[in-house]
Amino acid sequence: MKVGLFIPCYVDQFYPGAAIATLQLLEKLGVTVSYPKNQTCCGQPMANSGFEHLTGGCNELFIKNFAEFDYIVAPSGSCVLHIKEHLHSHEHEAGAAGISSKIYELSSFLTDVLKVESLPSKFPFKVGVHQSCHGQRGLHLSQMSELVAAPFSKPHSLLKMVKGIEIVPLSRIDECCGFGGTFCVAEEAVSAKMGKDRVEDHLSHGAEFITGVDMSCLMHMEGILNRRGSKVKVLHLAEILNAD
Amino acid sequence: MHTETKDHAELADVFNKNEARVDWHDETLWWIRQKRDKAVNHLPEWELLRETASQIKDNVLSNLAGYLVQFEENAQKNGIIVHWAADADEHNNIVLGLLHSKGITKMVKSKSMLTEECHLNDYLENNGIEVIDSDLGERIVQLAKEPPSHIVLPCIHKKKEEIGDLFHLHLGTPAGNADPQFLTETARQHLRETFLTRRAALTGVNFAVAETGEFVVCTNEGNADMGAHLAEIHIASMGIEKIIPKRKNLGVFLRLLTRSATGQPITTYSSHFSKPREGTEIHIIIVDNGRSKQLGREDFRNSLKCIRCGACMNTCPVYRRSGGHSYHSAISGPIGAILAPNLDMEKYADLPFASTLCGSCSNVCPVKIDIHQQLYKWRQVIVQNGYAPAGKKAAMKLMSLTLSSPTAYHIGGKAGRFVMKYAPFAVNNKLNLWYKQRDMPEPPKESFGEWYAKNRKA
Amino acid sequence: MVRKKQEGMSTTREQILNAVRANQPALKVLPEVVIPADSINLQAKFTETLTTIGGKVIKAGSYGDIIDYIKSINKAGDRVISSVAGLSDVILSGNTSPLPHSLQDVELAIIKAHFGVAENGAVWITEYLLSQRVLPFICQHLIVILNADDLVANMHQAYEKIGNEHYGYGTFIAGPSKTADIEQSLVLGAHGSRSMTIFLIKPPSD
Repeated sequence: MKVGLFIPCYVDQFYPGAAIATLQLLEKLGVTVSYPKNQTCCGQPMANSGFEHLTGGCNELFIKNFAEFDYIVAPSGSCVLHIKEHLHSHEHEAGAAGISSKIYELSSFLTDVLKVESLPSKFPFKVGVHQSCHGQRGLHLSQMSELVAAPFSKPHSLLKMVKGIEIVPLSRIDECCGFGGTFCVAEEAVSAKMGKDRVEDHLSHGAEFITGVDMSCLMHMEGILNRRGSKVKVLHLAEILNAD
Repeated sequence: MHTETKDHAELADVFNKNEARVDWHDETLWWIRQKRDKAVNHLPEWELLRETASQIKDNVLSNLAGYLVQFEENAQKNGIIVHWAADADEHNNIVLGLLHSKGITKMVKSKSMLTEECHLNDYLENNGIEVIDSDLGERIVQLAKEPPSHIVLPCIHKKKEEIGDLFHLHLGTPAGNADPQFLTETARQHLRETFLTRRAALTGVNFAVAETGEFVVCTNEGNADMGAHLAEIHIASMGIEKIIPKRKNLGVFLRLLTRSATGQPITTYSSHFSKPREGTEIHIIIVDNGRSKQLGREDFRNSLKCIRCGACMNTCPVYRRSGGHSYHSAISGPIGAILAPNLDMEKYADLPFASTLCGSCSNVCPVKIDIHQQLYKWRQVIVQNGYAPAGKKAAMKLMSLTLSSPTAYHIGGKAGRFVMKYAPFAVNNKLNLWYKQRDMPEPPKESFGEWYAKNRKA
Repeated sequence: MVRKKQEGMSTTREQILNAVRANQPALKVLPEVVIPADSINLQAKFTETLTTIGGKVIKAGSYGDIIDYIKSINKAGDRVISSVAGLSDVILSGNTSPLPHSLQDVELAIIKAHFGVAENGAVWITEYLLSQRVLPFICQHLIVILNADDLVANMHQAYEKIGNEHYGYGTFIAGPSKTADIEQSLVLGAHGSRSMTIFLIKPPSD
């Protein structure tokens, strides 16, 4: 099984720890992973701003970097969703379609492809789980509170394998954190308020860490936490699953 | 309200100056979302109902012309007079003409978002017709000289004390009395007098049945019925998309509508108007006003499935924290943001961007409109039609160039974390906007790419 | 601005229909609704639902029980109107004017319903059962008489029962009129009746 590691641009640049944990976790589980060094970005920042027509370069690059792999794994629900829904190519449409079907967000790769049932990890802390919208509603990593359907959660099922962890309940189990890409600056007031409210939900339930499958949401909440001088930290799901 | 000059972000910024009030607004609407959740979870067949409703509406949109003709024919057989209006002006003119023909100068109106869309009240008042809105929430915003901020809960943005002040000023209630029970009773008395003295009543239409020529109006207050059953002339305004094929389809829609809207199993009154009372007239005005154009926009067509329940507003984390007026359009919230650009793309170019694309709206929608996908698609259309700010265009081009080239990306990264400048959250170099209420992430000493090159052999 | 119908020009109606025809997609089939009704205790469910939405349900064996109830709540001078044969002789306090406005001082109206719906507490009433369409709205209080056997589980069954019946006006009424427009505080008695009491009639012999 050839697995290509896709590390989104802002994770590469700001949160190498999440990327390293993803790599180490996959290696620990016996997967051979390679990281194509010429990767940059999925193109979502442009596309969500209405400039999908400028993402051609990113798309071609993505296909070039990742077409050869059996699976592509990324520690981000949002970027994976973007690739699944919007990766197109005039010249390599078959390649684009192939990638869309074999790209996985990390937690679903662990539960659905590797079918992980136990982990050697330990994390004796109280953790709040942020359900990132694109992972949850886009990739269906967890059941959505709006639907009348049986509950499940891939990230939760993995976290429950971690020794010592206590997952705190939340008042609003799947409300958006307000990051939203360029929304976070274009709609600064609402974005920041959404972030504050989300963080407050975790804090009021005693979380010592906030985790999730998307570093972008966590970056947003970290910005709020740090501004209010909170000691609570954000960690990518991979960092907890890889902790020992 | 002169909100035309400000966009959603600016209006939302104003709304957020009072954080306690934002919390109150958010919690009030979230409470309604929770009531909706509770109600829908009583029905194991909920998702099947949504799918069925969505498919019925697919059928409606695919045979709309046929159903409109069938509805007209059956309504006429029932003794209803049918009018057609291409746009808001024509609609308003028909209403005025009907009132003039009867020598009527005062009209009572129940809730109709279509007449808000057409700005009917202003038009009639400029032509010497007094209009009184009879839905309590609509009456309150009318007294406040504001548009409704929500399609189901028109004055959800108002505190009871403010309503008490309005009633004191306009209806003579004692100063400082803000008791909802007392204020509602006052409105009941005041509007009862109105119902008894108005010769014309205008209502909206929730559903119009092609098979039978009847139309259904849903209210909790009973105001549509009070107006219609006491008036000589009942005018019902409906958009062309309100048609459903068969009477029995009402079973599906009436089960979905109010559970989605407020968490009630059904509205108190679901009234089916088929024939006028003896000696009176019913007129239906079938209005296009951009709908046929939206029907031709393949990506946005199914926005016409909307049954105006407002669930997408109640669940929207942005709506709850920016208020309905920040959308500066008759229909606010996520559904308003995909309907409005069809009417005026330039004026409403900001609305599809007033979303994080979280997708909650699409999940609560009882007719399964892919609202958040359409928000994304409108962004593309708006940019391609040239309504993106110039600064944003330049930044996006630069971002595209950088991200399309590994070399440029890596040089940019090394030269002080290019993301700092062009990251998704910092486009247009508006770093200050992030920093206003949030700290920046601490730049690490090396990127993952750099770490990987040192620690793993290629 | 305003399109006057002129000879040689198409009417607004034709313009709209033409635009719709030009823009509507290829025909999609109308789905059949196949949603089975749960086998539930209809009376219990109906009573529970109506009570939750502010209505009141009383079981009665005969019209005599209803008359006793009305006499017990009725104050002297209150205007009571009934459109129910078998009750009007006893309680009718006069309804002679054909004008609906003449009902404005009705304190209590007693009407019959065709059937009730357990899932939402609504009763179906057509104008055949009303002296005036406005009656159940304009009265201060409403009593509805319903045969306890005339209950269906849900709205699909309700419309099956209505079928192709012709009526000038029909309405589902579910509880007293209400509003929560002021800060979501629920207030009963908006513009329609302030209360709704349903008598479920089931003769003792059953």
